Amino acid sequence: MELLGLYHYWVFAILLMIGFYAVIAKRNLVKKLIGLSLFQAAVFLLYITMGKVDDGTAPIFPEAGAVIFSNPLPQVLILTAIVVGISTTALGLGIVVRIKEEYGSIEEHEIQEIDKR
Amino acid sequence: MNGLAQHLPALQVVVPMLVAPLVILLRPRGLAWAACTAASVLAFAIAIQLMLSVQNGGPVTYLMGSWPAPYGIELRVDSLSVLLLLVVTGASVTALVGGRDSLDTQIETDRQPYFYAAWLLALAGLSGIVITADAFNIFVFMEISSLASYVLIAGGPDRRALPSVFKYLIMGTIGATFYLIGVGLIYMMTGTLNLADMEFRIHEVADQRPILAAAGFITVGLALKAAIFPLHVWLPNAYTYAPHVVTAFLAACSTKVSLYVLLRFDFFVFQGNLAGHAFQFAVYLMPLAILGILVGSAVAMFEQNIKRLLAFSSVAQIGYMMLGASLVTVAGLSAGIMHIFNHALAKGALFLAVASFATVAAGLRLDDLKGIARRMPWTFGAFVIAGLSLIGIPGTAGFVSKWYLISAAMEFGAAGLPLVAVILVSSLMAVVYVWRILEAAWFGEEAGEPGAPVTVSPVLVAVTWVVAIANLYFGLVPELPVSLSTAAATELLDHLP
Repeated sequence: MELLGLYHYWVFAILLMIGFYAVIAKRNLVKKLIGLSLFQAAVFLLYITMGKVDDGTAPIFPEAGAVIFSNPLPQVLILTAIVVGISTTALGLGIVVRIKEEYGSIEEHEIQEIDKR
Repeated sequence: MNGLAQHLPALQVVVPMLVAPLVILLRPRGLAWAACTAASVLAFAIAIQLMLSVQNGGPVTYLMGSWPAPYGIELRVDSLSVLLLLVVTGASVTALVGGRDSLDTQIETDRQPYFYAAWLLALAGLSGIVITADAFNIFVFMEISSLASYVLIAGGPDRRALPSVFKYLIMGTIGATFYLIGVGLIYMMTGTLNLADMEFRIHEVADQRPILAAAGFITVGLALKAAIFPLHVWLPNAYTYAPHVVTAFLAACSTKVSLYVLLRFDFFVFQGNLAGHAFQFAVYLMPLAILGILVGSAVAMFEQNIKRLLAFSSVAQIGYMMLGASLVTVAGLSAGIMHIFNHALAKGALFLAVASFATVAAGLRLDDLKGIARRMPWTFGAFVIAGLSLIGIPGTAGFVSKWYLISAAMEFGAAGLPLVAVILVSSLMAVVYVWRILEAAWFGEEAGEPGAPVTVSPVLVAVTWVVAIANLYFGLVPELPVSLSTAAATELLDHLP
């Protein structure tokens, strides 16, 4: 049962590998970027789940009494990482648009063919 | 220290980062370049000032917003950071000052403000990486500098830059994400992001396996970013099709900064904590370094495009730096770090000279460069000096680091001899590929009417010569890089048990 108890690591690892597979195996540049986003999203999940404390709640200063908090730091870190991820995807898509303008294709092998000529 | 002086570590990053958005507003021609150059010069001056304080008073620390470490973000400048800062800011200044005309021809006027803003962001990111002592902060700066360099590389007129930059973006992001996974695993086990605190707390971790996995993720991720063989495939095309001046800037510093983070983590954080780490580091990375040196040099021998040739030579040079580090001795590590500095000088001068050639020659294949030496004797002279430094001829900067590398290998007695052989063979290969360029440029006959000697952009020629003379100067008077890199290596290996 220990393996199932760590299910969030399984989600992380499987998502990571799906994304990685798409980046490597897909020839369409947009699909590669989708894979890359999935790859990054998996890491966000790793961070978010590690901050969770059993029975923990949102870290807001309580009016009275002691309350168990989840660790807010990983969430803050991932907020930054999400921004980085969005910028990367946006820039990647921008480059894909430029590639489409210049080459008329967004298929990796077709672009390589055009460059060889 | 008082007043402004104590804020220098923060200003090193803040100056270029604040000027970057302002540059976008500077529409009039040339103003964006001037602002960008001024910010770079200021950053270079700050780097020199920091170097003096580090040499006189040891590492400089700075608490962001006065939050005490490890709760707040700490900036820490030691000998290794200062060496990298000098390389990064120096490369930016020389490339900008010398490359103005080249950039004017390659970047359309109305896009120039954006281009220079991206340049400053790259500069801010690269300086930020070497100056911060916070693992997550390194990730953020790494992505700032990477995103900005993708823009710089794709900014040129050559459309082949676009697929190459896409490849770079994919591989760079994978590298950075691997690094992020590693940092996450360490944070999970130690609850800290401050590098010094991390180093201290890993001692207390009972189960070392997540730390080992983290070390793997971080090393592989950064090796991707640093283009260590066989993870270098993004580099040659990105360097070849980028605007020439961008190549001169990035070739001098961008991969080296990732190498810096790799050294920082492997030697500072992991070395004293993981059982057998030194052995594993050497066993995994030394073969890769040796293969990188040999394969990079061998491919360069057969390459036709001069920028690709120099890019593959860069892959080999990164191998030298890794070879030095993988010896895990003070002598080896300081030789590797020294080579960061000396290679930046040689490659910077070579790529600046290439930028000059490109303004006259029809293309950058060796055939296009035939007879260019007679048309541009001054640029060619600087190219020869830098080429000799790349080979490692005595009297040049390249010789000094190779000499230190060979003596570091000889410390191992007979076991070091194969390494010396590798270095010698690869230097001979360097003779071959540099000679191929010189032969085409000097002895080659131009296809058409022999052109008259031309002077393009005297500033570019002057700057190229300044860097070339720096190659000679640091070859004859190597105190500065030697003292900094020896101090850096001692600091890094201080943590060995």
